[in-house]
Amino acid sequence: MKALRFSRNLPRYAAARLAGSVVSGRGAGPGPLDLVDVDPPELPGPGWVRVRPRLAGICGSDLATVDGRSSRYFEPIVSFPFVPGHEVVGDLDDGRRVVVEPVLGCATRGIDPPCEWCARGDLGNCEHITLGRIEPGLQTGFCCDTGGGWSTLMVAHESQLHPVPDDMEDEAAVMVEPTACAVHAALRAGVPAGGTVAVLGAGTLGLLTVAALRRFAPSATILASARYPEQRNLAALLGADVVVEPTEWLRGVRRLTGSFAVGDGAIDRLTGGADVVIDCVGSAESLADAMAAVRPKGRVVVVGMPGPVTVDLTGLWHREIELVGAYAYGTEEVPDPDGGAPRRARTFDLAFELVRSADLGRLVSATYPLSRYRDAIEHAAAAGPRGAVKVAFDLRDEKERHRL
Amino acid sequence: MSSRRSPRPGFVLDVDRSTPPILFHHGEGFRLEKLPPGRSRVLYPAEPLPGIDDPEAAIHHALHHPEGESEPLPALLFPGMKLTIAFDDVSLPLPKMQRPDVRQRIIEQVLDLAAAAGVDDVHIIAALALHRRMTEDELRHAVGDRVYDAFAPRGLLYNHDAEDPDGMVVLGQTRHGEDVQMSRRAAESDLVVYVNINIVSMDGGHKSTATGLAGYTGVKVHHNPATMTKSRSFMDQTSSELHKSNWRQGEVIRDAGVKIFQIETTINNNTFGRTGPLAFLQKREWEWTARDRATFIGMQAGLKGLPAARRRQIFHSWEAPYELTSVQAGEVEAVHRVTTENVYRQHLVPVEGQTDVLTMGLPYIGPYNVNSIMNPILVACLGLGYFFNLYKGRPLVREGGVLIMSHPTPWEFHPVHHPSYIDFFEQVLADTTDPVEMEARYEKQYAEDEWYRHLYRTSYAYHGVHPFYMWYWCAHALEHLGRVIIVGGDVRATRRLGFSPASTLQDALEMATDVVGPQPTITHFHNPPILMADVT
Repeated sequence: MKALRFSRNLPRYAAARLAGSVVSGRGAGPGPLDLVDVDPPELPGPGWVRVRPRLAGICGSDLATVDGRSSRYFEPIVSFPFVPGHEVVGDLDDGRRVVVEPVLGCATRGIDPPCEWCARGDLGNCEHITLGRIEPGLQTGFCCDTGGGWSTLMVAHESQLHPVPDDMEDEAAVMVEPTACAVHAALRAGVPAGGTVAVLGAGTLGLLTVAALRRFAPSATILASARYPEQRNLAALLGADVVVEPTEWLRGVRRLTGSFAVGDGAIDRLTGGADVVIDCVGSAESLADAMAAVRPKGRVVVVGMPGPVTVDLTGLWHREIELVGAYAYGTEEVPDPDGGAPRRARTFDLAFELVRSADLGRLVSATYPLSRYRDAIEHAAAAGPRGAVKVAFDLRDEKERHRL
Repeated sequence: MSSRRSPRPGFVLDVDRSTPPILFHHGEGFRLEKLPPGRSRVLYPAEPLPGIDDPEAAIHHALHHPEGESEPLPALLFPGMKLTIAFDDVSLPLPKMQRPDVRQRIIEQVLDLAAAAGVDDVHIIAALALHRRMTEDELRHAVGDRVYDAFAPRGLLYNHDAEDPDGMVVLGQTRHGEDVQMSRRAAESDLVVYVNINIVSMDGGHKSTATGLAGYTGVKVHHNPATMTKSRSFMDQTSSELHKSNWRQGEVIRDAGVKIFQIETTINNNTFGRTGPLAFLQKREWEWTARDRATFIGMQAGLKGLPAARRRQIFHSWEAPYELTSVQAGEVEAVHRVTTENVYRQHLVPVEGQTDVLTMGLPYIGPYNVNSIMNPILVACLGLGYFFNLYKGRPLVREGGVLIMSHPTPWEFHPVHHPSYIDFFEQVLADTTDPVEMEARYEKQYAEDEWYRHLYRTSYAYHGVHPFYMWYWCAHALEHLGRVIIVGGDVRATRRLGFSPASTLQDALEMATDVVGPQPTITHFHNPPILMADVT
C-alpha cells in the first residue's frame, strides 16, 4: 500500500531541519519522510479494525516533525518508522464512515485496569503511553504499529472510532479532531462569565479555539490576533469580538480591558490584562506575549506545541499567573450557562456538534493526493499567507485506495 | 518701527513656461516640482512685516494703555490678591522663536508690576488644555530662566492639568447648553492675565481661556464633528462655529466674575530668517541666488544620508527669528479685534476664484509635534485641518475638488507624546474614517481611558481624546473635497487615512483628473511662512 513514512534517520533529520529553517515545509524534501510502498499494518489484537482514510489533515505538529523542529521530548513516546496523520476520516471494512480519535490510551493498549486518567475519561493524560500491546506512541500517527492517516490503510481500536453522520461531509468530519483539541482548550481555559479571553495566533487551532470559546464561553469577550487578512476575516466570522494584528497585540488587549501598562506610552507589558490568554502559537515570543497580556492571577493556556523555548518567567512569579497546557481531549466538564451543575461529555461529541453548528468544514482549504505530498506540506506550512487554513490529503481516489 | 523698506505683500504667480520648479516642503525635506504652465498658479505669502524696534517699550505701553473697557494693569493689582498668569503652550509659535520668547518679555513685565503692587500670590500656568505637558526645557524657553527658577521650584509655575479632579471647576453653561469648565485656580483668582502668541487668526480671544484652561468637559462642546463641519474656515471668525462657541463660553466666564486681562501679540513671517541656511525658504524661487541653489542642493544631499530621527532633530532645533509686530492688552474682545487686524495684515493674500486642484507641501512641524514625530494623523490634520482652512471667504479649492499634499507620512508615532494616537490609528481608523461615526463609537472610551489619563497627567502624553480632535479638525475638508492624495507618503499609512497614495506629483495630478476632469486648474499653496487666502 502507499504510505508516507517517517523513519529514524539522523542525517536526513538534520537536513530537514536545515531546509525547514529556510522555507517552512521544505523539510519534506531532504528529510526522513518518504512516499513508499509498504505492507499494511497488522491488527494488534482483538477490538482492532482496519480504516481506509478518506481525508487526513496536516497538523502543526506534523509540520514540526517534517521540518525537524520537534522537541526531543517526543523521542521515547514515538516509535519508528511511523506513518503520520492523526486527523482522519475514513471507512471501515463494513462500510461505516468514522472519525478516528487518535489518542492511544489504556483501552487501545489492552491494559486493564486502566490508569486513573483513562478511567475517568481523560485519555490525553494516559500514564501508560509506552506500555501494552502496541509500541510507544502518543497518538495514532506517531506509532509504528497503528499506521496513520497519510496512507491508504491504517488500523484503529474500536474505542477510537466515532461514526460520522450520513449528512456530514468528509471535509467537516476531518475537522472534528482538531476541533476537539480546541474544545478542550476552550474548556480548560475556564473563562469567567463575562470575562475577557485573548487568543494568540489564528492558524487552524487558533481559529477553532475562537469558535469553541464562542460556543462554550458565550458571555466572554474574545480578542484574537491574526497575521493575515483571511485569518482576520475568519476569526471575526467564527466569533472574535476584536481582531488585531500581532504587532497590535498588547495594545489591543489593553484597549479591550482598559488596563494600565508598563512603559511610557510604548507598552512593555500590561499591569492588568485579559482574564485568560490562549497561546495557539507555542513559540518563546508568543509565550512572552501571553504572559505580558494576562492579568494578575490570570491563566495562560498553552495550546500550540511549544518545544524547547527560553522565556523569562519573572512575570509568572510576580503576577501569580497560572500557566497550563491543553493537550488533546478526552472527557469534559461542560459548565451550565444557567449556573447549574456541569455536564460531562466526551470532547469528540462536543466537537462534532461544534463542527456542524459553526460550519467548520469550510476551513478545509485545499486537498492533495499523497503523490503531491511535498506541495501539500509546503502549502500547509504557508497556509496563512496563502489564505488557507486546513490542508489535507485526499485518499478517496478508488484506484489508489485499493492498491494495497 | 524698523527703517527697512516696506515688505512686498503676498503674491499670486501664474505659472508659465519660464517658471522655475516650485519648492514643496516634504516633512524633514523638500521637493522641487514643475507645475503645468497655463493653468497653474502659486500663492506666495507676504514678506515679513517690519518688527517693533523696542518690544519692551511696546509691551510696557500696552499694559498701561489697555484696549476696551479695562483699566491699566497696574490699577488691577493690589496686595493680598490672587493673580494667575496663563500663557500659550508649546504649540505656539511654529517653529519656536529665538530667545527671548515674547512670553518671557511679557511675563517679566507683569511680574515686575505685580511685585511693585505687593502681590505675592502668583501662579503661572502653561494653558495647554488637552495637549501634552511642557518639559522643563520648553518651559524655560517660553518664560525664561529667571521666571522659571523663581517660580517652578516652589510649584508656582506648572502645566495645566485638565484631569485634576480637584483642580477643575464647571462655571456654568452657555445659552446653547455648552459646559464651561476652567482651572479652579484661574477661576478663583482675582485676576487672570493671559499671555498670547497669535500666529494665526484662530488663536487668542476667548479661546485662550475657554479652551486653554479647560478640560474635556469644556472642550468637547466645540471640538466635535458637528461644530467642525459647520465651520467655514476656522481662521475666519465670522464663519467659524468653533469661534462662536468659544465666545459664548467667554461670556459665561465673564458672567461668573472671572476677570481677565488679555495680552495678545502678533509676530511676523520671519520664520526662516532673512539670512542663514534656511533663508531661501522665504524667497520666491526665481529670486534664488546661486548661493541659495547651492545651499538647497547641499542640504538635500546632506539630509538624504541621515536617518529620520537625526533629520527631525536638526529641523526641530531651528529657532525662528520672529519679530513682534504688535502687542495689545486689556479687555478680551477689544484686544482680539486689534490682534486679528494685525494677523490679517501679515497673512492675507487676495485670490480670485477657486481652483480644481490644490497642492501643498507639508513641513516637518505642526502644532502637535513640537520636538516630536509628525505621525499620519497629524499629517492629515496639518493639511486638511490647518492649511486647507487658511482661507477667508471660500475655500481655495472648489467643492468636489482634489487636495494634493506632499509629505513622507511615515507609519511612525512618538509613543510618549502620542500613545492614544497609536491606538486610534490601529483601531479607530482601521474601522472608520467618518468623524461622526468615530465620535459615536469610540470617543468616550478614549477620553476616559485611565491609562491615557495617567500618561497625560504624569508623563508627556496628549490627552486620550486628542487624536479624535485631530481627525475632527479635518471634517470640513473631508466633506468638501472629492479626493485627497498624498505624494511620497507611506502607502499603507496613506490608505489607512482613507487617502490615495502617489509616488510623484505628476502621478497625483493624473489621478486628480479622474475626479475633476482633464486639464484642471491648479493652485499651489506656498506655505510656510504662513499665508491666508482671501478668496473672492
